[in-house]
Amino acid sequence: MLKPENKIFKNLYNDLGWEIESALKRDDWKDTKNIISKGREWIINEVKTSELRGRGGAGFSTGLKWSFAPKEVGSRPHYLVINADESEPGTCKDRDILRFEPQKLIEGCLIAGYSVNAHVCYIYIRGEYFREGQRLQNAINQAYEKKYLGKNACGSGWDFDIHIHYGAGAYICGEETALLESIEGNKGQPRLKPPFPALVGLYGCPTIVNNVETIAVVPTILRRGGKWFASLGKPKNTGTKIFCISGNVNSPCNVEEEMGITLKELIEKHAGGVVGGWENLQAVIPGGSSMPLLPKKICDTITMDFDSLIENKSGLGTAGIVVINKDQDIVACMARIARFYKHESCGQCTPCREGAGWMWRILDRVVKRKATFNDIELLSDVTKQIEGHTICAFGEGSAWPVQGLLRHFRKEIESRCREEPLIKKKSNNPYLVDQHLLEKRNA
Amino acid sequence: MSLKKVHDDQPKVFKFSDENLKKVEEILKRYPEKNKKSAVMPFLYLAQRQNDNWIPLAAMKYIANLLSIPYISVYEVATFYTMYNLAPVGKHFIQVCTTTPCLIRGADKIVNLCKEKISPNENEISKKGNCSWMEVECLGACVSAPMIQINDDYYEDLDEKSTKEILDSLIQDKPLKPGSYRGRNNTAPEKKQSVNGENHA
Repeated sequence: MLKPENKIFKNLYNDLGWEIESALKRDDWKDTKNIISKGREWIINEVKTSELRGRGGAGFSTGLKWSFAPKEVGSRPHYLVINADESEPGTCKDRDILRFEPQKLIEGCLIAGYSVNAHVCYIYIRGEYFREGQRLQNAINQAYEKKYLGKNACGSGWDFDIHIHYGAGAYICGEETALLESIEGNKGQPRLKPPFPALVGLYGCPTIVNNVETIAVVPTILRRGGKWFASLGKPKNTGTKIFCISGNVNSPCNVEEEMGITLKELIEKHAGGVVGGWENLQAVIPGGSSMPLLPKKICDTITMDFDSLIENKSGLGTAGIVVINKDQDIVACMARIARFYKHESCGQCTPCREGAGWMWRILDRVVKRKATFNDIELLSDVTKQIEGHTICAFGEGSAWPVQGLLRHFRKEIESRCREEPLIKKKSNNPYLVDQHLLEKRNA
Repeated sequence: MSLKKVHDDQPKVFKFSDENLKKVEEILKRYPEKNKKSAVMPFLYLAQRQNDNWIPLAAMKYIANLLSIPYISVYEVATFYTMYNLAPVGKHFIQVCTTTPCLIRGADKIVNLCKEKISPNENEISKKGNCSWMEVECLGACVSAPMIQINDDYYEDLDEKSTKEILDSLIQDKPLKPGSYRGRNNTAPEKKQSVNGENHA
């Protein structure tokens, strides 16, 4: 278990107060000027030493990402963009950072902005987090009053401004290029990569996009040293991570723990155990809804880090753990996730736009016991046609959970299917009518 | 993709209030001069707040003029994002999260209560109390499931009893306070744990 002195987010539950005065007591903004005076090279190297991997889902090395920004500012300014569009089902960690540890994020923004030569930072918050955005704005104002932001921010000689930009309820804007499109005032539809945002990003300028949690841990890493962070967790999966444990547990909560902790320990020690006991566990979604679920057999021994979850054909993602016990209908749970993806597809690529609807409708038929055995093959085929054939990773995110269900719960699905189709006569529905639209006349 | 219908009965004119015009100036300062199109999303929010929580077409035309961009560029943004309401909603606008983490803790029961107490269909303004409700996708408060959002505020850790009380308070136009309805400290683990999950809806 994580020792209290190694905790980074000491105010995760707001026991100590979010205002700048109490944040200062928790060592936020301590020696920031000193850290910045050590220079870009030193900061980026220290972040590389810490082996910090992005906390937004993909797990890309943060130090490496920062080093992609051009070393010299050319004709175009550089931007730093913080992704606070937290919408992955099962994930609610960034919300607590925005509400209760805003100074960690703001200080991280200044350091990251300096490291990648950016004078302006946009924090993209999902529109539903209106109160959290207000809180963050208050915290930003407090930082301006203390001269930690603005001209010669924190005495470092670097000018730095932070602006908040609200999203408006589109999950896809959590994808970095869709997020940039959204800030530019367009529909949030992802761009083709390459060029990557580090070279051509916001307004066509070099842009580094990072998750809230990634940036918020940076000041602590630099104060305590990259080696300290790397000593926690497992090799290549270092440091601490906020886990969100939701679903059928006795005491759902957010908790900061060391990477590589076992899933069982996490659920039993922090979340009060599975409702009905560990034996009543059916499956766990380990990293937000995009990551394939794990059946109980794997959950018994799995450790929570990027690499061991990939070995088990899943992923750490955002570390939003959704626990599903045996009282739940597993197919209905996944059908609801498929409906989520159907609703949130941006509509740009055909395989995803159409396929997400197919997956939801077939799974819905399985739930209602109206599917045939052929439907299972069809479902599996649809997931393969989406995966890898879309501009952004949303395609994989929608297909993988269904593939996970097919991989681990095929027997369960088969037991609900029938040999012959329920309606043999072709129905009169017009071609390509979307059932979802028919049901929601008022939408 | 959002499935939104524009309201039939549209007002002819729309103008920002003086107070909002001041905010417009402030918002424009955040973005580079030649990229003022970025302000379209904040402007739509201003229009929505000024116009009883929904955006008429006249407001989109007004914003397009203000930013010197084509009307369709505003329209496509307003229809893409689900939080822009293009038809009137209740004074108390209830959004029920029904995605899997909330669903397995009983969000369907909350939907039923809304149907019973507010209106049988989504997006219908109730006769009593000027409320409307809709199902939405994950609102990002999964460890506090099931939860609902009423206007800007999150109501968390609900069960059937507390949901009834909240909905009744809205109908009487005296909304209860937002936050956890199990009296817990934000997202901290609870000291007194339920044994068989009797604590949620």
